[in-house]
Amino acid sequence: MAKLKIIVSPTSFFCTRIEWALKLKGLEYELTFEDWSKGKSELLLRSNPAHKKVPVLLDDGVVIAESKVILEYIDEKWKGGDLYPLLPQDPYERAQARFWAQFADDKCFIGTWGACRAEDAQEKEKAVEAALESFTFLEKQIKGKKFFAGDKIGYLDLVAGWISHWLGVLEEAGGLKILDAERFPSLHEWAQNFAEIPPIKECLPPRDMLVNYWTALLSRLRSSAPSKL
Amino acid sequence: MSNLKLRDREAQREREREMAGRVVLHGMWASPYSMSVKLGLKVKGVEYEYVEEDLMNKSEVLLRLNPVHKKIPVLVHNGKPIAESLVIVEYIEETWKEGPPLLPQDPYERAKVRFWAGFLQRQLFEAMFSVVITDGEAQARAVKEGHEKLAVLEEGIKGGYPGGSPFISGGNLGLLDIVVCSILGAHKVHEEVLGVTYLDSEKYPRVTSWVKSLTELPLVKEAMPPNEKLVDFFQFFRARALESAAA
Repeated sequence: MAKLKIIVSPTSFFCTRIEWALKLKGLEYELTFEDWSKGKSELLLRSNPAHKKVPVLLDDGVVIAESKVILEYIDEKWKGGDLYPLLPQDPYERAQARFWAQFADDKCFIGTWGACRAEDAQEKEKAVEAALESFTFLEKQIKGKKFFAGDKIGYLDLVAGWISHWLGVLEEAGGLKILDAERFPSLHEWAQNFAEIPPIKECLPPRDMLVNYWTALLSRLRSSAPSKL
Repeated sequence: MSNLKLRDREAQREREREMAGRVVLHGMWASPYSMSVKLGLKVKGVEYEYVEEDLMNKSEVLLRLNPVHKKIPVLVHNGKPIAESLVIVEYIEETWKEGPPLLPQDPYERAKVRFWAGFLQRQLFEAMFSVVITDGEAQARAVKEGHEKLAVLEEGIKGGYPGGSPFISGGNLGLLDIVVCSILGAHKVHEEVLGVTYLDSEKYPRVTSWVKSLTELPLVKEAMPPNEKLVDFFQFFRARALESAAA
């Protein structure tokens, strides 16, 4: 049987969350790395013409794009018996997990990234405030729980997982602070517990590689901005 | 009756509705997100009550039900609110199992539906929305983008649904059909108000025939607001957006 393949970029946490899911399910897979210096590969453009983005899952001839869609696919295809469940069973809990996953990506990540990109001091301050507001909502969700999914990690933990390792890098590269332990004690503790779980820890890219990547990306975006005439 | 008393009465009615385990949809008649949920409930045959929310003057109830986004649609079931239209439609699918299925069984087919639903709601709709609220060069760019997204959708149907579309091949109005209706069902309104023709049957034959067959269905015809009402709304909405952009 053909092996599971994921087209990935080594720094993208959208890709790492797929690896985490496959490891939790006990599935073997191969990684195909995109080399951005060479432009987007033929394989990627063919596999994901709609978005031209990673990750893309190749499963025995079938192609799936969009990380949250891939996570649900993995959970639905490999389920039952001893297989690790990613989403809860109850429809209302599933709705909550999906809602907060969307929120974590759209508000927490995009908010943080927007704040990193802001160069004007006032703009940056406003963007950080907005991001902090979003993180406050997330803090409420994890309060009193070990993981978002309960005693063990699940879908929402995987989607919010970037906070446990990539956020610190973004803070450094972007010159800002979001995850303050005093302001967000539960989220801070969750992040530390999450990153220690063996299948999670195994897939974390080296921090210095991430720092180099994000720092270079931000400076490239800054230097190119005014010349967009 | 004073406004305070009226508000208290409304809040009390809301509490009673919630506790009775009923289904309440808080929506807005012109919103495609609201329409998706409405269609989902209708396909499943779920009895529900509808509350029209005034988005210019958001109610206490709405702010309590969706404190995170303060938006419609919100579905309240057994006293618990659920927000985000696609999340709500999946909830409807998983809760009312006796009705017709809104998603296919096969995990890959389900992934395709979710992928394209997300694409339509975000990529295509964002471009179409931009066309409504901009003019000049910005609008021309948005129109171009809208067409680019339609071209991608056309290719996607060609590759993913060789029979024509999920609806035509399955025979069932599903989640993806619902999203298509909600976003492209009012294409004539866009033509009339903005002079933009999205459903070019030469450029996008599959998308065009899909939308046309969906909008002929009695269930869809009944659920969609009348074109004239939408035309008025689009004109008003556009004028207001352009005015505030210029300010």
